[in-house]
Amino acid sequence: MTLVDHSTSPDLVGPPHSHGPRRDAAPLLPDPEPVRVLGTEAAAAFDPELARDLHRRLVLARRFNQQATTLTRQGRLAVYPASTGQEACQVGAAMVLRPQDWLFPSYRDTLAVVARGVRPIDALTLMRGHAHCGYDPYEHRIAPLSTPLATQAAHAVGLAHAARLRAAANPAADEQLVALALVGDGGTSEGDFHEALNFAAVLRAPVVFLVQNNGYAISVPLARQSAAPTLAHKAVGYGMVGRLVDGNDALAVHQVLSDAVEHARSGRGPVLVEAITYRLDAHTNADDATRYRSAGEVEAWRARDPLTLLDAHLRAQGLLDDAGAAELARAAEELAGRIRAEFEAAPEPDPATLFTHVYAEPTSQLRAQAAELAARLADEADDPGDDPFHLDGDEFDSDNLTANDLTADGLAAGGVDDRGPDAGAGTTRGGAA
Amino acid sequence: MSPTTMVGALNAALRDSLRDDPDVHVLGEDVGALGGVFRVTDGLAAEFGAARCLDTPLAEAGILGTAIGMAMYGLRPVVEMQFDAFAYPAFEQLVSHVAKMRNRTGGRVGLPITIRVPYGGGVGGVEHHSDSSEAYYAHTPGLHVVTPATVADGYGLLRAAIASDDPVVFLEPKRLYWSADPPGGTEPAAGATSGAQDQVAPIGRAVVRRAGTSATLITYGPSLPICLAAAQAARADGLDLAVVDLRSLVPFDDETVCAAVRATGRAVVVHEASGFGGVGAEVAARIGEQCFHHLAAPVLRVTGYDIPYPPPMLEKHHLPSVDRVLDAVARLQWEQ
Repeated sequence: MTLVDHSTSPDLVGPPHSHGPRRDAAPLLPDPEPVRVLGTEAAAAFDPELARDLHRRLVLARRFNQQATTLTRQGRLAVYPASTGQEACQVGAAMVLRPQDWLFPSYRDTLAVVARGVRPIDALTLMRGHAHCGYDPYEHRIAPLSTPLATQAAHAVGLAHAARLRAAANPAADEQLVALALVGDGGTSEGDFHEALNFAAVLRAPVVFLVQNNGYAISVPLARQSAAPTLAHKAVGYGMVGRLVDGNDALAVHQVLSDAVEHARSGRGPVLVEAITYRLDAHTNADDATRYRSAGEVEAWRARDPLTLLDAHLRAQGLLDDAGAAELARAAEELAGRIRAEFEAAPEPDPATLFTHVYAEPTSQLRAQAAELAARLADEADDPGDDPFHLDGDEFDSDNLTANDLTADGLAAGGVDDRGPDAGAGTTRGGAA
Repeated sequence: MSPTTMVGALNAALRDSLRDDPDVHVLGEDVGALGGVFRVTDGLAAEFGAARCLDTPLAEAGILGTAIGMAMYGLRPVVEMQFDAFAYPAFEQLVSHVAKMRNRTGGRVGLPITIRVPYGGGVGGVEHHSDSSEAYYAHTPGLHVVTPATVADGYGLLRAAIASDDPVVFLEPKRLYWSADPPGGTEPAAGATSGAQDQVAPIGRAVVRRAGTSATLITYGPSLPICLAAAQAARADGLDLAVVDLRSLVPFDDETVCAAVRATGRAVVVHEASGFGGVGAEVAARIGEQCFHHLAAPVLRVTGYDIPYPPPMLEKHHLPSVDRVLDAVARLQWEQ
């Protein structure tokens, strides 16, 4: 297999019917109904230990969503787009990846980031408003949470493509990695989503795109977002495999995503997975979901809560009893307590960081601006009663302005002196000063 | 043999970068077999293979987004945008990710991407082929923005851009692609710093192309030959004009610009892009802030008008010309 394959293969039909490849669409099509495991014969055959592991993570994930929402109400998070109801997708996305793989999350995917091993406080740094990204992307192989929708999908393609180039150049040294990009149903309307899928398919990049279709882009329902048969069908237009899965069935999500990741890893090209799920909470704490969806609709989905479904399965299989559930509840409270403790211990952001890392080396202009802010902060530290947002008479009094204050010399005396070492020595000077 | 045209110099810089560093990858539309619509990538796919000089699908956001992921993995992508106005679909990737990635990750993820953009008019291009888009880029913190005006800088600045650990928007003046260097001033004036033909030119350093004592013309890219011709013509009026080639719009070389302005006390900024909110406004403001006491006249600008880029039959009226530059020089309050 070559990395950039311009050759023709026997399954391609030549002119005059078409330029370039024509392929059979049938193998790319998603199943007509979402893949389900729970409630089917496959459920009994599902690895019991994996099912228990998934359940344990779902319990913790739900508690994480609750704790983060509480922190928002306390004003300790600027915003939190909860993924309550989508935990099966969040946990599944993190679990199917190997250490060498990469995750490209969007802003609603904090939970997937935590599930891949990032400390809650670091995963929530963006939402706390202390820094744009609180974790080291290289340490965890997780790109920063991306707020511009679907833009990170192309990054996943480029990274996976680069890894494949490296692996081809040095097969012994490198790894077959997969990049998993998380997108929402609204994000599939973005041009970047289209471009990323097209590039991935053309480059045969080992990428899995997981669309968490929760039915709404903030308030706009899917019917106003897309007229496609399903979002998974969009894969066919790019020549990639599309899969449709019940996003509230944790076992099915894990199975379909695992298959997709291994499909990509084996060099068979990218996969688009649509997981049908539901956001039980509002878009964010700033949203009022009652304006665009009914209580009845929410209640119907609450009955299909991924945690409830898996809970019932485990109990039916004898894999969970009340004692086990109580133990999990204790673990969840421990997690919530740890999150609160991390928030207590976290330092305030340092204004000096404003100017670091704009460039590898700061420009002379940024050095000057950093010095200006540092001087201002030092002044404020000397005079803690000083309110920088209030000018009182001591600091500014227009009645007491002297003529000199309004001239260029006054400005220069105030700190700007452009005259330099050769001022007045043989250079032309204007009449303004 | 040293290249004699800008296209040749850019091609040589790409070839040498690909040869010296296996992480360098070129990608864009038609960069492979065709060698780019301006032939800047001519022969690179044949020499280094299709994967290192990659013909991509026709989608600029996808090209730049893919390059971001490649850079995150440790490669050093060089992206070709086919024309100035066709780079706009990539604007979100550029502004929201390329420019900010180092900052938003606390310095952990740098993106050493070079984004080559053929820009500017004067080549008879129809609509959407002649934009001067530098102000959009220069206004975005996190990007370096450079533009060569000579063959030597075409090579030297592109080598420097590709070697930079920061993203660089590399603006290539289309009207200078195939012309030899203009007479009188492409060599740096005495005491100025610049690379020789096969050397890396420093990003962030302007260069005095022509020393002078009467007034200082400050320009870059496609307008350098206009300014040098204006300086030549002004000699007939007894005026000795200095010409500064900014080369690097970001980082901006205050030191060289201010020294050149203080030496004459008069300045005109010249560029093709529309004046309002343009790079010339920033240059004039910086001179005002830092050289006020040396000025004998307000800093003037000669720029494109504040209009959408005109159709090619009318572009000569829009572009800065020798006459427009000389008219501005004449308005620099010479009467005492």
